[in-house]
Amino acid sequence: MVDAEDQVIVGLEVHCQLDTKSKLFCGCSTDYRSDGPNTHVCPICLGLPGAMPALNKRAIQYAMKVAKALNCEVLNESEFSRKNYFYPDLDKAYQITQYDKPLAEGGYVEIESDEGGERKIRLTRIHVEEDPGRLVHMGNVERGKYSLVDYNRAGIPLIEIVSEPDMRSPKEARKFLNKLRAKLEYLSVFDSEKEGSLRVDANISIKGNERVEVKNITSYKGVEKALLFEVTRQKNLIRRGQKIERETRHYLEARGVTQSARSKEQENDYRYFPEPDLRPLRVKSWVDGIILPELPDARRERFIAEYGCSLNHARTLTGELKLANFFEKVVASDKAGLAPLASTWIADTLIGELNYRDMSLDKVEPAAMTGLVLLLKAGTITDKSGVEVLRVMLDQRLKNETVETPDAIVKRLNLAKTTGDSGAIAAAVEAAITENPKALEDYRAGKGGALNFLVGQVMKKTRGKADPAELNRMLTEALKKREA
Amino acid sequence: MSGEIAFNPDDKYNAFLTTCRKAPHGTGKLAGVAVAVKDNISTLNIETTCASKILKGYIPPYDAHAVGLLKSEGAAIVGKTNMDEFGMGTTTENSGFGPTLNPCDTTRVPGGSSGGSAAAVAAGMVRMALGTDTGGSIRCPAAFCGIVGLKPSYGRVSRYGLIAYSNSLEQIGPMGKTVTDVSTLMGVIAGYDRHDTSSLNKPYNHTPKADIKGLRIGIPQEYFGKGVDSQVAAVVKKAIGRLEELGATTVPCSIPSMEYALAAYYVTCTCEASSNLARFDGVRYGPAADTKKSWHDAYQEVRSAAFGPEVRRRIMLGTFALSSGYYGKYYAKAQIARENIKADFNRIFADVDVIAGPTMPTIAFKLKEKSDPLSMYLADILTVPANLAGIPAISVPCGKSEGMPVGLQIMGRMFDDERVVDVAYAYEQAVN
Ligand SMILES: [Zn+2]
Repeated sequence: MVDAEDQVIVGLEVHCQLDTKSKLFCGCSTDYRSDGPNTHVCPICLGLPGAMPALNKRAIQYAMKVAKALNCEVLNESEFSRKNYFYPDLDKAYQITQYDKPLAEGGYVEIESDEGGERKIRLTRIHVEEDPGRLVHMGNVERGKYSLVDYNRAGIPLIEIVSEPDMRSPKEARKFLNKLRAKLEYLSVFDSEKEGSLRVDANISIKGNERVEVKNITSYKGVEKALLFEVTRQKNLIRRGQKIERETRHYLEARGVTQSARSKEQENDYRYFPEPDLRPLRVKSWVDGIILPELPDARRERFIAEYGCSLNHARTLTGELKLANFFEKVVASDKAGLAPLASTWIADTLIGELNYRDMSLDKVEPAAMTGLVLLLKAGTITDKSGVEVLRVMLDQRLKNETVETPDAIVKRLNLAKTTGDSGAIAAAVEAAITENPKALEDYRAGKGGALNFLVGQVMKKTRGKADPAELNRMLTEALKKREA
Repeated sequence: MSGEIAFNPDDKYNAFLTTCRKAPHGTGKLAGVAVAVKDNISTLNIETTCASKILKGYIPPYDAHAVGLLKSEGAAIVGKTNMDEFGMGTTTENSGFGPTLNPCDTTRVPGGSSGGSAAAVAAGMVRMALGTDTGGSIRCPAAFCGIVGLKPSYGRVSRYGLIAYSNSLEQIGPMGKTVTDVSTLMGVIAGYDRHDTSSLNKPYNHTPKADIKGLRIGIPQEYFGKGVDSQVAAVVKKAIGRLEELGATTVPCSIPSMEYALAAYYVTCTCEASSNLARFDGVRYGPAADTKKSWHDAYQEVRSAAFGPEVRRRIMLGTFALSSGYYGKYYAKAQIARENIKADFNRIFADVDVIAGPTMPTIAFKLKEKSDPLSMYLADILTVPANLAGIPAISVPCGKSEGMPVGLQIMGRMFDDERVVDVAYAYEQAVN
């Protein structure tokens, strides 16, 4: 348990881009990332004089799906307001957002707490707003000659999900975000892989001290890093008897540190007032008509019941929509038969290999994974060879080469398990013992390490193809023979 | 037949900021009719400045919905008319490009803020024009220049493309020499537009009728009380007498909430304006800042230099009224006052069909006569109630005082634009 005096208190404001086809207030396409700057714009999202917003119904439906899935209460009447401030990326000099009448209030997200077990993180509210444009600085922000503005992003629908200060560590904050991301993806309203689709502001304090707002965190990993940095910084200040200032700090992703924002930015008075060009939103009655898909928690329980997954594997596999779908595709042909091996090979091995290569799951064909699991299940290859087959496939894909099937790789590299009576393994055992008289001596002297050493030697000679159990049996037998 | 009309007016009154020497036109109800458009209404490829230096050189890449409708009925857009900068004024003296003169007497103002449109029609340079009315900006210049001007019910004409000054109050509306022209123009520009969420599917398909037998007309005492010139009041009373001769009956009434009308109006419009005009920062519109300062300071420099004094005053008032802790005291309270005014009108309209009174408390002012802002604001007292309530109101010429035109204002129930047009038409037909 954390010392109560040192208790960390974290609340998050999570901004997610809703994955609609068109922007929040105009018909421009949201699919701007692969196109040049200022190509997905019109008078409305450019904030040209005279242009007016017209609300995208789909965006509200998406936001309400989220509200329902997060157990929020949709208000009878919500309202759009203007948040007025000057910034070069804000074309109208105000952002259309929701202020005192958000779309929904309350709700919660369940996470696995640091102490184990599920814990509810309460939500304050969910509201809908437009994304501003984006500044592209030429060189350093402070010293660069000029900055360019790209309005492609202006008007992309965002939801802001505000949590209560219910998280107790940076790790819990990461878990909250992961859970939130999973839920949004299951709802098909959010694509976490689109660059900049998620931005987080975090409030963090050490119990009994002022809170600090950390703005501008743009990655999942960044949230935990930024908060860890803050915890250390704040605790150090307290230890030295200094006061924590209530302030806004920016997270500098590249350096992994937070930096105090200039005081000017904290003095903003946003002069909120209702957007006169949009009518109040009365959509509560839509809630009943929203049919939610299976969400991560339900799917996790199903994976345990239907596939016999362990809790940990089920959690990992259902923690990302794509991964859960991938798993179910891999085992589709023989659920009961393939699931036990597939769950560990996907949740542990595949994820590890992908992370090591910084590769996306999209690059892996479920059929190839099924092939690999079948080979393992039939006992055709050893676990060690299994990993090698997987690595070959991933590396081929990474190099844009033709990806071979697991069968072809096994054949080409001659990885099929060598069976005991084939002689090759027996010969390797004999050779290993003969070549290492010192090991034989040690073994006879009762040194445990000697057997392991010899196993390694045989493995080397058979290039990993020997079945470990078989090898152990044969080696022990051979050693016993020599003892006699 | 579609074609082109040559437009080369002798603009002695500075009614136009931009003229199109060769204006193309199509076919339809307004085929070949020269229409002038107030300079706060976006026109594709025609400079649109709101009479502000900060928008000098801004050429919209799109047409306002109403302008698109005009073109689709064959009208020729012949030019952009002068106005008070961003619509902020009652005289057109607040233009960044010099005042417009009243064609009836060039020592007087044409009224505002659609003074250019009114002068262009009054001088016969165009048959009709579009104006906009936030607190009387169509009706005041119509009255001062002796023409007809209609502020439609809020929501009947799309505001898409109208460069917003005060979104919740303003409407684009028709101006013309005759009620028939105004009615025709209204028929072209009214209707639903998906780009304007506040617009309603209430098209206007109406031919004015002069029969007003049995019509009940409310006469609010406030419209003939303190601050209203007695000669103007007399001219208007005589005009109402003509309506009675045509078979209408008059009913005295009172709008007690008018006491707060001006305050509610000026709080609402300055708040909304402070937000609407914030985007004009000298980066994307107007002359670029010749400065090496950081963006924040550069904005300040450009905005201080390019906005006129009345615009700066209203931006500052609105910024103050919306600032933290004041919203409830001002903007929210103003909206309550608007509800009270709506309630007063509803109560009166339960008993009468229209309300009549003077459009303006006086005849057109002398140029530079209204030098202090407060006295200018007071001149809006008879026109702002219709904007606050959203109801239709028309001004029709009803005689003269000191040789200058006087306007009779007819206000109607929400969406009863046809009725106010009919009453104005009945009067016009009776006196001509
Ligand atoms: Zn757009």
